[in-house]
Amino acid sequence: MNNDSIQKTLIVAIGLCLVCSLVVSVSAVSLKPQQEQNKIVDKQGNILGVVGLLKDKASIAELYEKNIESVVVDLDTGEYVSDIDANTYDQRSAAADPSLSIKLDKKDDIAGIGRRAKQASVYLVRDSAGAIKYYILPVHGYGLWSTLYGFLALEADANTVYGLSFYDHAETPGLGGEVDNPKWKALWRGKKVYNDNGEAALSVVKGAVNPSSQTIQYEVDGLAGATLTSRGVSNMLTYWLGQNGFNKFLTNERSRG
Amino acid sequence: MSDTPKKVLLDPLVNNNPIALQILGICSALAVTTALNTAIIMSIALTFVVAFSNLFISLIRNHIPSSIRIIVQMTIIASLVIVVDQVLQAFAYDLSKKLSVFVGLIITNCIVMGRAEAFAMKNGPVMSFMDGIGNGLGYSLILIVVGSIRELFGAGSLLGYKVLPLASEGGWYVPNGMMLLPPSAFFIIGLFIWLVRSFKKDQLEAPDYKIQHSHNEAT
Repeated sequence: MNNDSIQKTLIVAIGLCLVCSLVVSVSAVSLKPQQEQNKIVDKQGNILGVVGLLKDKASIAELYEKNIESVVVDLDTGEYVSDIDANTYDQRSAAADPSLSIKLDKKDDIAGIGRRAKQASVYLVRDSAGAIKYYILPVHGYGLWSTLYGFLALEADANTVYGLSFYDHAETPGLGGEVDNPKWKALWRGKKVYNDNGEAALSVVKGAVNPSSQTIQYEVDGLAGATLTSRGVSNMLTYWLGQNGFNKFLTNERSRG
Repeated sequence: MSDTPKKVLLDPLVNNNPIALQILGICSALAVTTALNTAIIMSIALTFVVAFSNLFISLIRNHIPSSIRIIVQMTIIASLVIVVDQVLQAFAYDLSKKLSVFVGLIITNCIVMGRAEAFAMKNGPVMSFMDGIGNGLGYSLILIVVGSIRELFGAGSLLGYKVLPLASEGGWYVPNGMMLLPPSAFFIIGLFIWLVRSFKKDQLEAPDYKIQHSHNEAT
């Protein structure tokens, strides 16, 4: 058959597409479980990293098992939820499910996330006596190009920042991507979240923090050349630490402690 | 073509190196060579893709209608790249995160397309496979050399192991941050091309124009 006839062209095109799609789907489906496992380990590594417990990459699962206790919290009441298995609860897919999440009003949605799961995962680190040492809260919000996903670690007083780190974002490398810079991340340690009125005051300022500022304990330097990413991080924290986020839970924890 | 398999396999290493002589695939050579381990993984991935795309394209070369020739090549290459990406995500998750878009961009790597069009369309499957391996190794050679130099002088380590003790950790070596930025790869590749061409004079190109002496000098 002539190679350039219409019939031959169609046969080659369709045949090739069938073979290639078969190869691609088989590899994607058969490797999926392994890839999911890698994502879980990666997330566990990030949770350990934000509280400085990530010593050895090979034993993430073991370190996680030993140190981290995952719980689920109802964001509206601020109480622990006991009828959901915290180890399998996936806040990210719950946020997309209308029966498990709420749609946010435009004016409340300062982090640009659209929907929010009713229940949130919280990760706890306890000291040897069993008292809570760190609270690790998942946070996410829109930056310049992408939604940033990260963890904010608070100390036992549920008010002092221990660390902030992002595990998934697509901000500009070198500018907004500097949210991963260890020097910038180190600026967060010791900052306070709530002011005397109990409002979330933690924020990223534009430029450097004024050393004579009255509110210096709530402020972190902005990233140079990344005003919008810095603002995104700031809004994200205002949202997640505010009334629609973890405020009730953290207030409960403080009054308990 | 009367080339022996050995010649097809080894020529692209120095004599006909895809980066140094053909000047193909430069973009990824800049992007993934900041550390040696990403350079090695990228080399393996590209060698795999170029070898197998050459093999499959050569196998069906007599049945490819010329009107859809390029898109047929692209489909085969793209499928192979997706398979490689999936395998990396499953078995080398950290590295695949570091390589991010660059694995996917093997699809647009000129070496793969270039070898499919220039070699696999005209030669048998075995020779095409050899040509793919050879060109993949030629690319790997440059990537590994550039990756070693950049990681050694930029971060004082090789494959993540400290070689030069850093000043910031009490040693004597002050790392050259420039090495971790893309321009350094241009310099290193440029120097490499210079080095190869001063030994292999036949690779020199005829100058495009002559530099004229200024009037002052001429008199």
